[in-house]
Amino acid sequence: MTASTPLSSHGPGAAGIAVFVVFFAATILLGASAGWRRASRTQAGGEQWSLGGRSFGMWVTWFLVGGDFYTAYTVIAVPALVYATGAYGFFALPYTIIVYPFVYAVMPKLWQIARDGGHATAADIVRARFDSVLLERVVALTGLVAVLPYIALQLVGIRVVLEALGLPGEIPLVAAFLSLAAYTWLGGLHAPASTAFLKDAMIYVAVIVAVTVIPLHLGGYGAMFRTAADHLPRPGAGHALRAGQAVPYATLALSSALAAFLYPHTLTGVLAARDSDTIRRNAAMLPAYTLLLGLIALLGLMAHAAGIVTAHPSAVVPALFLAIFPGWFAGFGFAAIAVGALVPAAVMAIGAANLVIRNLLPRPAGDRGEDRAGRGRARIVALLVKVAALGFILLLDPAFAINLQLLGGLWILQTLPALVLGLLPSLGLNARGLLAGWAAGMLTGSLIAFADGLKPVHALLGVGVSTGLLAVTVNVVIALLVSRTVSRPIRTPS
Amino acid sequence: MTTRRRGAARLLLLLPFAGLLWTPFYDRLTPALFGFPFFYWYQLAWVPVTAALIFAVWRIERP
Repeated sequence: MTASTPLSSHGPGAAGIAVFVVFFAATILLGASAGWRRASRTQAGGEQWSLGGRSFGMWVTWFLVGGDFYTAYTVIAVPALVYATGAYGFFALPYTIIVYPFVYAVMPKLWQIARDGGHATAADIVRARFDSVLLERVVALTGLVAVLPYIALQLVGIRVVLEALGLPGEIPLVAAFLSLAAYTWLGGLHAPASTAFLKDAMIYVAVIVAVTVIPLHLGGYGAMFRTAADHLPRPGAGHALRAGQAVPYATLALSSALAAFLYPHTLTGVLAARDSDTIRRNAAMLPAYTLLLGLIALLGLMAHAAGIVTAHPSAVVPALFLAIFPGWFAGFGFAAIAVGALVPAAVMAIGAANLVIRNLLPRPAGDRGEDRAGRGRARIVALLVKVAALGFILLLDPAFAINLQLLGGLWILQTLPALVLGLLPSLGLNARGLLAGWAAGMLTGSLIAFADGLKPVHALLGVGVSTGLLAVTVNVVIALLVSRTVSRPIRTPS
Repeated sequence: MTTRRRGAARLLLLLPFAGLLWTPFYDRLTPALFGFPFFYWYQLAWVPVTAALIFAVWRIERP
């Protein structure tokens, strides 16, 4: 079958829509009510809304971090990239493997510092460590601008499946936004924490069925890989990657892995854990999700083998589901994707709200954002953050939103020296050095990215290297040099 | 548990980086496994291996 764009002409039928509505609505109701149930039992303060009271144990953390790290990027953008580029798009797999040794080594330390100091954000940690309000502001602002396009990408993910359901015009985007707003407003961080298991169960079912049933339709995995290869540009004989893709593949995997847990949403998931051992054990268990990501990536190849032809790669997974599955199961798969975008988008909005309230807005003396008024402000800011993300989609071309997400990765990576290298006292980093490094990294990275037409890879001496990695290298070098030169710490009034 | 032994255990965490960031090592199609070209199954195999390595380090470091 051939799916042209958009897919509204061929929806999953009434049964599919009914299945979708039941599962999507159930998730929103469950998430929203999680906030109420919690509020009636404990004092409903800001830290309860924004960090779940730092109470999440092994399993909740597993579901929450898995739920907010594996996003619409995983279920829509990764298969879309594999569909468009073949093996190259698979770099998301090594990325989401090597991220866990990094998490194991770094995140328990950050958790401990955050817990001891009562910090809820990366910027909190940095301010306390380097005694610099300017560095705090810079880290907070970077987190905010990096996460906005990421939220926009989640809204695009929900919109894609609502369009595939056959909803016309702007209704899919409006519905995506309203469902996200209600879910986050009512539930706070307890909403994604208590529905992440539902998201995972749905995605696991949809994906395991897909990667079992679809190859059967296509004559087995061997035939599927061969047919898909016929539809993609040919690599050199015996290779999977095309000439010149090997270095970009590895450097993109590395820079993405280093950036992944610096985002406000992933860090929120980590900091909400009950203790640091919870994080260590989770680093060993979270790769289970990566196996799923690898299988989801293969959907991009299966779409070629199934004869899906579309100029909009982000519609590839819905198109594949519609082509292969009966309407009711396609509806279930769509609900899984929509919930898969809803859960992380909520954590992103909360993480961004934490940054704005704790690190960017002036705070009344003595207020740590932990009372009822703090929660009210957090809710409003989280809503504004979502409105800004919606603005991204409305004002900009959706393809540009995805490019901005790449740029977001480049930006957030520039907080690595302050947040992670700052853990190593022997490097002798100080606030001035880190600020100079940050400025140099942001400037270099953004200029290169814009000059390259917002591509994530830059040709350096004829070899493609991740622009984020180049920029953070400049950042680290400058940070070290300036820190050594200006060893006197700056004091800024707080 | 000595500090030295802990430090040595942590070196295990570098193996996934070595195994996955040197692309020329696995950028090939054969030998295939269950129809999966080498490129794909090799990287997928690193998922359980990495989980096992992290688990091993956690066991060694556990207080």
